[in-house]
Amino acid sequence: MHEWALAESVIKAAAEHAAEQKMKRVSEVAVVFGELQAIDKEIFPFAMKELAKKHPLMSAAKFRIIDEPAAFRCRACSEEFDLKRFRKESDEAEFIHFVPEMAHSFIKCPSCKSPDFEITAGRGVYIKHIKGSK
Amino acid sequence: MTRLDPRPSVIADRLKKVKKITAVTGWKGGIGKSVTASALALLLNEKGHKTGLLDLDLTGASCHFILGSGKAFPREDMGLIPPFVHGVKFMSISFFSKGQGVPLRGANVTDAIIEMLAVTLWGELDHLVIDMPPGIGDAALDALKFFPKARILAVTTPSPVARDVLRRSLAVYKAMKVPVAGLVENMGPKGVAYDPRLDAALGDPEKLLKTAFARRLEKVTRKFIGG
Ligand SMILES: Nc1ncnc2c1ncn2[C@@H]1O[C@H](COP(=O)(O)OP(=O)(O)OP(=O)(O)O)[C@@H](O)[C@H]1O
Ligand SMILES: [Mg+2]
Ligand SMILES: [Zn+2]
Repeated sequence: MHEWALAESVIKAAAEHAAEQKMKRVSEVAVVFGELQAIDKEIFPFAMKELAKKHPLMSAAKFRIIDEPAAFRCRACSEEFDLKRFRKESDEAEFIHFVPEMAHSFIKCPSCKSPDFEITAGRGVYIKHIKGSK
Repeated sequence: MTRLDPRPSVIADRLKKVKKITAVTGWKGGIGKSVTASALALLLNEKGHKTGLLDLDLTGASCHFILGSGKAFPREDMGLIPPFVHGVKFMSISFFSKGQGVPLRGANVTDAIIEMLAVTLWGELDHLVIDMPPGIGDAALDALKFFPKARILAVTTPSPVARDVLRRSLAVYKAMKVPVAGLVENMGPKGVAYDPRLDAALGDPEKLLKTAFARRLEKVTRKFIGG
């Protein structure tokens, strides 16, 4: 499952951030899942917990998952749109899952059909905050 | 804290077991970078080196066509494991684009490159060859940032315009302290000659390796391929 590779990056980045902030123990990591990438919500948290066990700083961390809906703004005509009206074929959804930028190959602005849109929210995985004690 | 992008933190790890990285560049378009990168990867593999090929020209991916990668697709196992195409571990955006165009702005190119580098598990490689897009835009600068070990194989042609661009590119690499391992003059008398049979061999690695183009490329790059 390719989620493991991203989960590993969350653990590593959080541990590095905590070390920079001279935290002794990380208590919470808030991870945002962008709707577009459709991350597996069982595998990813499981992978984070497993991988965190190997990091002394991270082993007691709780992971808070925050879902972020996808939002787009067309650069050609300024139309704002979301994912609801797109019924992607399953292979396209899988390709966007691997590389969210593939949305530019498969999704068009509903108003002017341009592929030149901005993903304003809900692209993929990022860390919103890291809490811990010093 | 502001939002933190976790992906770059693992990129160096993903390349830990890659011994040599060669970025095939040339700032002019259409001068043979992709055929050079693809043939070089096949030649390295032929010599017994564990070799990978990364197509970093997201908006103009070409290596899948040159290699004829067909239905090959990465395997999912804790990440994405590049498939072997004629013995070469191959990664490209073309796996995910269904043969369609990939219209991306610079920031999207960077985001897609970070995503690919963070999840691609190359494993052990003697050589990773990177096919670069023309110029020194987002993808090329990202490559130099994320592959600090990379050295350049510069492709040029005998055209005075190409030479002028080459001169400027070498100055920039020098200023950025990026080593230039070699120079291939494509379609020129001193380098790799124009090969009228090359186009007919595209898509077939066996045939490609037998072309005058590949055999000459082998000679020209021998010093740096080794063996
Ligand atoms: N020495 C050669 N002899 C014959 N044909 C060649 C030779 N070198 C390149 N070509 C042909 O020129 C075309 C363009 O080559 P290629 O795609 O490798 O260029 P490129 O520099 O990668 O282009 P881009 O800038 O778009 O990435 C291809 O059809 C290729 O087969
Ligand atoms: Mg090319
Ligand atoms: Zn529009």
